Amino acid sequence: MPIPDLGILLFLGLCGLIVGSAFMVVTSPNLVHSAVSLLFTFFGIAAIYIYLYADFIAATQVVVYVGGILVLIIFGVMLTNKIENATITSKTHNQIPGALFSGILLLLQFYAIFNTKWLVNDNPEKSSTVMDIGELLLGKYLLPFEVVSILLLSALIGAAMLSRKKVD
Amino acid sequence: MYNDYIPVVVFTALAIGLLAAPLVIQHLVSPRHNKRNDKLMSYECGEVPEGSAWVKFNVRFYIIALVFIIFDVEVVFLFPWAAVYQSFIAQGQGLLVLFEMLMFVIILTVGFAYVWVKGDLDWVKMQLKYAHGRYSKLGVDKK
Amino acid sequence: MTSALDYLIELLAFTGLDHSILVVLAIHIPALAIFLVMVVNATIAVYVERKVAAFMQDRLGPMEVGLFGFKGGRRFWGGIGQTIADAIKLLTKEDIVPDNADKKLMLLAPFIIFIGAFLTFIAVPFSENLVVSDFNVGIFYIIAMSSVGVIGIILAGWSSNNKWSLYGAMRAAAQIVSYEIPIGLTLLLVVIVAGSLNLGDIVQWQADNRWFIIHSPFTFVAFFIYFISVVAETNRTPFDIPEAESELVAGWMTEYSGFKWAIFFLSEYANMLIVSIVASVVFLGGWLSPLAILNIGIPESWMILDGPILGFFWVMLKALFLVFVMMWFRWTFPRLRVDQLMYLCWKVFIPFCLANLFFVSIWELISGTIFR
Repeated sequence: MPIPDLGILLFLGLCGLIVGSAFMVVTSPNLVHSAVSLLFTFFGIAAIYIYLYADFIAATQVVVYVGGILVLIIFGVMLTNKIENATITSKTHNQIPGALFSGILLLLQFYAIFNTKWLVNDNPEKSSTVMDIGELLLGKYLLPFEVVSILLLSALIGAAMLSRKKVD
Repeated sequence: MYNDYIPVVVFTALAIGLLAAPLVIQHLVSPRHNKRNDKLMSYECGEVPEGSAWVKFNVRFYIIALVFIIFDVEVVFLFPWAAVYQSFIAQGQGLLVLFEMLMFVIILTVGFAYVWVKGDLDWVKMQLKYAHGRYSKLGVDKK
Repeated sequence: MTSALDYLIELLAFTGLDHSILVVLAIHIPALAIFLVMVVNATIAVYVERKVAAFMQDRLGPMEVGLFGFKGGRRFWGGIGQTIADAIKLLTKEDIVPDNADKKLMLLAPFIIFIGAFLTFIAVPFSENLVVSDFNVGIFYIIAMSSVGVIGIILAGWSSNNKWSLYGAMRAAAQIVSYEIPIGLTLLLVVIVAGSLNLGDIVQWQADNRWFIIHSPFTFVAFFIYFISVVAETNRTPFDIPEAESELVAGWMTEYSGFKWAIFFLSEYANMLIVSIVASVVFLGGWLSPLAILNIGIPESWMILDGPILGFFWVMLKALFLVFVMMWFRWTFPRLRVDQLMYLCWKVFIPFCLANLFFVSIWELISGTIFR
């Protein structure tokens, strides 16, 4: 039972939420406010995954990014020295090259969007994506699955070493 | 499946309304006079607060959060595996799939063992209380 | 398994409204019902908690405030109107926001915490088919949504600009994220055995076989790891370090007053109910009657204790018993220290969980290939 009108309205609202909160992340002078705006961005992106019929990925987005990365970011903010007055006036550097570069990036993205042959899902009523993900992880993508663990291992050891250096 | 998630949006909107209404009522009925300096001060056991509370925090929280994320991602990767494990057993490939999972977990357990041995999981870093005299030979304090 | 929502939509179809509007309208009914459940749950749980505390300490507890002239005095229903009076008091209290606090975030924090709890209820089944949305990834959705509240706690603590609040919030955040790992790893075992993330399928598996808690020695251990971890996740004693009264005043709630504070309380008791229902659904057979505990030798005609309405009764009975155990904990165990808490999580529970994961997989492999 698709709901076309409300569905599209909701989608536009979500896009507005994502873009608006992402803009707040960048422009807010207060780092904690930026982190809070990031919360809404993450939720909006999780909702976009739902639109793509990727329910497991959406839940993963919330678990890892909201429950993990965001907490880490806020802890990271609280580690900074300048937290006392809570306004870290981030100065803008290299405005012209930055604008130029992001403009080129935007054009490239538009080029990619209009020149990609998008795969239209002709089987939208999929019961569950978890089983498919599991079967692919253990079959076709077994090597990436194992490499991920090595990546996580190196991330863990590296992060632990770096943060330990900060203590001493 | 897509329709299953419509309640999430409606619930969010409704929750905001359900919380805002009592807050507005409170704003209308609660006493508003006499909100002056002392009352609006941060609570610090009756004393005048010493500086701001927004201070630099200990790095140990950061390390815990880092280790947490690694394990969180591990758990997330294990869920699809767990969902298909029974069907692989039914096909007779259970041992192979179990071995693949164990590879994944053991590699991460190495990292877990590393941070454990290195003391990153200790909340209070180990110290020997009487590290002088003959106990100093233990050399715990030495760099 | 169909959700109660589909049934409601069919029921409302006579109004002849547009389908999409109908869906949105129909969702409001369970949403308001769940809000009511949260409010009633908090009201009753606070009262019961005080009475249980009084009973365990050989006191009387609240005994003054009656309800419609129904004043019990020293009897066990004495003071039955106490929490209702408390709620009205909180609603009319002065709302004080400190001058140097971050006022916007201080307002936002209760909303995030409440919405985190409220959205989790969407996937929580109260009985067979009595669930708002029966997600395919139900158990994972619950894990995801219950991890949102921690952001609200950090914000509440940080925005208050109060040292007690900030210390409490940081401790709470470290504690909650740490204990999410054992919770995830124990719920993973259930998924391994049942082969599905859907809570309806998980209970169906238990109906066909046996309750998870007695499925194998390892799931028996897993239940206790899960239960202790959720006690820590909901910041209950003996893990209430973030709001330890004797050291941190009220933890991250110190600067909150009036209804905002009531929202925290509402969410805390809602979280207790959620984790208890999840524990009873996942490990204790959910809406199955205790007759179905082993699923051996009992003829079908004897199973008169099962059914949609009795199912609700069983879920709530099991869940409320677990809530009672949490209250019991509070007056039995002394509070842990921060380092003991972290030790328990990282050096006891997580190694045990990893070992459990290994043994349960082996168990399933052996029972699935040899004893099939």
